[in-house]
Amino acid sequence: MIIGKIKDNGLIQDEPLIFEQGGEGRRGYSLPQWDVEEVEAQQTIPPHLLKEELEGFPQMSEVDVVRHFTRLSQWNFGVDSGFYPLGSCTMKYNPKLNEEIARMKGFTSIHPYQPEESVQGILKLMYELQSFLAEITGMDQVTLQPAAGAHGELTGLMMIRAALKARGQKRRKVLVPDTAHGTNCSTSTVTSFQMIEIKSNEKGIISPDQVARLMDEDIAAIMVTNPNTLGLFEEHLAEIAQIVHQKGGFVYCDGANLNALMGIVKLGSLGVDMVHLNLHKTFSTPHGGGGPGSGPLAVKKELAPFLPIPIIVKEGETYRFSENHPLSIGKIKAFYGNFGVTLKAYAYILSMGAEGLKRASEMAVLNANYLMNRLKQYYYLPYDRPCMHECVFTDRYQEKHHVTTLDIAKRLIDYGFHPPTIYFPLVVKGALMMEPTETESKEGLNRFIETMIHIAKEAQENPDFLRQAPQRVKVRRLDEVLAARKPKLRWTGKNPNNQIPSSQ
Amino acid sequence: MEFPENLLYSEEHEWVRDEGEQVTIGITDFAQSQLKDIVYVDLPEIGSEYKKGESIGVVESVKTVADIFSPVTGKVIEKNLKLKDHPEWVNTDPYGKGWLLRMELKDRDELKELLSSGAYQGIVSKES
Amino acid sequence: MKSYLRYLPHTEEDIQEMLKAIGLGSIEDLFKNIPQDHRLSKPLDLPGPLSEPDLLAHMEGLQGSLGSSFLGGGAYHHFIPAVIQHLTSRSEFYTAYTPYQPEISQGTLQAIFEYQTLMCQLTGMEVSNASMYDGATSLAEAILMAHRITGRKKVLLSQTIHPEYRKVVETYIDPEEQEIVLIPYLKTDGRTDESALIQSLDHQVSAIVVQNPNFFGVVEDLQPFSEKIHQVGGMFIVGFSEAIAYGILRPPGAFGADIVAGEGQSFGIPLSFGGPYLGIFTTREKFIRNMPGRLVGETVDLEGKRGFVLTLATREQHIRREKATSNICTNEGLCALMATIYLSLLGKKGLKELALMNLSKAEYAKKIISRMNGCNITFSAPTFNEFVLEIDGDPGKILERLKTEGILGGLALSKFYPEMKQHLLITVTEMNTRQEIERWADVLAKSIG
Repeated sequence: MIIGKIKDNGLIQDEPLIFEQGGEGRRGYSLPQWDVEEVEAQQTIPPHLLKEELEGFPQMSEVDVVRHFTRLSQWNFGVDSGFYPLGSCTMKYNPKLNEEIARMKGFTSIHPYQPEESVQGILKLMYELQSFLAEITGMDQVTLQPAAGAHGELTGLMMIRAALKARGQKRRKVLVPDTAHGTNCSTSTVTSFQMIEIKSNEKGIISPDQVARLMDEDIAAIMVTNPNTLGLFEEHLAEIAQIVHQKGGFVYCDGANLNALMGIVKLGSLGVDMVHLNLHKTFSTPHGGGGPGSGPLAVKKELAPFLPIPIIVKEGETYRFSENHPLSIGKIKAFYGNFGVTLKAYAYILSMGAEGLKRASEMAVLNANYLMNRLKQYYYLPYDRPCMHECVFTDRYQEKHHVTTLDIAKRLIDYGFHPPTIYFPLVVKGALMMEPTETESKEGLNRFIETMIHIAKEAQENPDFLRQAPQRVKVRRLDEVLAARKPKLRWTGKNPNNQIPSSQ
Repeated sequence: MEFPENLLYSEEHEWVRDEGEQVTIGITDFAQSQLKDIVYVDLPEIGSEYKKGESIGVVESVKTVADIFSPVTGKVIEKNLKLKDHPEWVNTDPYGKGWLLRMELKDRDELKELLSSGAYQGIVSKES
Repeated sequence: MKSYLRYLPHTEEDIQEMLKAIGLGSIEDLFKNIPQDHRLSKPLDLPGPLSEPDLLAHMEGLQGSLGSSFLGGGAYHHFIPAVIQHLTSRSEFYTAYTPYQPEISQGTLQAIFEYQTLMCQLTGMEVSNASMYDGATSLAEAILMAHRITGRKKVLLSQTIHPEYRKVVETYIDPEEQEIVLIPYLKTDGRTDESALIQSLDHQVSAIVVQNPNFFGVVEDLQPFSEKIHQVGGMFIVGFSEAIAYGILRPPGAFGADIVAGEGQSFGIPLSFGGPYLGIFTTREKFIRNMPGRLVGETVDLEGKRGFVLTLATREQHIRREKATSNICTNEGLCALMATIYLSLLGKKGLKELALMNLSKAEYAKKIISRMNGCNITFSAPTFNEFVLEIDGDPGKILERLKTEGILGGLALSKFYPEMKQHLLITVTEMNTRQEIERWADVLAKSIG
């Protein structure tokens, strides 16, 4: 109900944009005192290079700003709010200890160009983290430079191209399974490779004879994910690696799903030549609502000469950066990578140790299999085989009631859960990909299972009501068609309700 | 679902209206129903030439992109500029207001390789 | 009790119950699909596990040491208000995923929409994405975008662009697709050499790329570059690494820039030994479908209420796959939030005042230095908060001497510009007190003399 301008929304409050509040003269900042003579900009810089005012910038008090962003945060759902079973994202608990460590002044206030003697502890940390990641993956050398998994993939393919060039070869193609994450495909194109798709077999994995048929000397590499995005272990990977190697190609592994394998299998022993890791997945650093992440790349020694510079070198007990690597592909980011993120992964690995990491993977796989077994009577399982850390269902049983994967996902929101990944991987129509991770308790899983069972019943008994979901949210079923047809990507000062025409 | 008798069809779900030296091309009712709400259409440059089967543009919905494959070999002579502001016409009137482009035909014999309404319907019922 | 178990809730009973529900006997059975010869027979060789207090103690010992700093060159020591950490520590922000389910991510989405707006206002452009990894990769992606749009094979890069950014651009660009032509700087004033640029300009050039303020801290005049490149039908790309400068500088959009690609670390993001930082990327509306990165758009819900969603995702990797405009997926979301909060606090007047303070402090440093013997300010053009100093003596030894006094005195430029053997880049921000500046000058004078 609305009385005049006052709405009774309870605690789900509306909050305007920062540009729609505050006022002339309000300030929220505090600067150091002026202890030097104030220079007028025009005294030193020609007026035609200067501007008068920052058009449109808000003016808010500190209280305004804190209220604003606090309210915004209350509309969000994070891992700390509840279960977040997004497949292939590994939304595990983010240890608060690591957040505190990352706030230490001796890390946050350090300039990247400080003399190496003043950052020996930091260089040591990075060097050790590299060795931990190499050990976990069974590889030889690691770079911490990539800022995200996709960035790691980019680095990897560039290195492969450089390695081929050093041999005097130029290959134009890359093999990518149909279950691959979109970044694998787009990375291929961005590095000017042509992508050749390999179809997964009826077991949901890629087969050696498929690869053998396609493999030739124009193929630079195969990009695999293991376990793959169906949550299945690529059982033939070692044989496939041999086939690829025999014709001089490389095996790139997308390590996004490493949470299933720590302490259990080393990817390097399967013939993988390079693998990127997602520290913001497997290694518990927070997702941040879209980053920052970190995507270190681990490689076998044949590819080490091509790693981006600078490389951390240890000489006795001293650490330093070296740029003396003539075959390096160069730099893929300014400075040294997302140190503030890699720092948290280092702390996590030390907190867990070898036994903790292995236990984490075991529990992750246990949880996913538990979900899979308890739900398979109610939701169609396209690959009814033991899964690894994630499992994939579809909406096939609900189709007859005209209830889709999207409806199921939106209905889960009403019951306080973040939906699983939907409509991915593409090889499964109407996919519902769930990754519970190891940090979810049995009670939490049971609650989710009961809810999913309840939703399956709703689909039979009350599909119309189900399709109205979500009901208990701040905004309902946003018009994405309108957002794409008439993109409005910034505030322009006009009343939004006049600006956007109605969509019908 | 509509399959106008007076049009020819490709297996990639384009329709072709034979206008003598030139043809008008669009996507079929089946295609638009699969894509759902279309938000944008990317059409080729006027004057550009394409072989049959080449991708000449893209139709986008919110969550998908689909290539438009040239059903004939020829040169683009006109495109439907109104679709920029009204992409939804491809959904509401795919054979009329939602036409995509016109091409000057290089070889009229290619039209014989296209499908009749009945043959195209057969393909569609297999896919559904 | 192994303390890592605080992150792994299952008790032995839980595990047994769950195994029974699955129909398995032991944890080992979960992995029977994996061929035995691939299975690790011994534990990983890793240290730990460390308890919480032990880990804290260990980490404390690894910290870097701080000093009175005059370092810049793409990473800047600015004051970070307490509010920022307080708000970004809210777990609804930092433990959330990418906002693919808009109904439960309106907080993140609205904040990104505000961020996009602020970046457009700051750079004078029409559309911004939700962030790139950093200024360097943002610039590289801008160049790739110009190449996609124009189809041309040459790009003119000013030598006054941050050397690390240029290195990243070189790595990103396929030499078979594009040629990089480096445009030198004028030795007198430190700006990009316009006549050298004109000589290299032709209809094969996809873009001119200039940084403002440039790596030497010098303020470039963007007008002539904009005119020249547009005359030949190419695109004008402007980069920056010190975002605070735009508190007073006229934005690149006002000079006709087509793409602006810069670094936002100065907006409330800690130095953190080089990352995570914030890649800012803005452009014109007509180029929307060619731009990389996520975009948040405004829309309405079923009940007509305003809301925000990710939009135009058809450019991105998860839909366009191999035809995507970039492969970027995870970007620098939380850093963009920090910048948004920072700019909300500073606002219209605060950013301007802060910029003036930076300028004034740097000018003060220049004033004292210019009275000293044995060093002189190299470039005559106006600077913002950084400038180049040429000194008599060995810069390495002089910086050593400053360091023993607890001062990080500047950045030796010889490793980036071999011809600048005697030169240092000096950066002065609002965080350098008058006393600090005077002490720095004092020790510098003694080290030279």
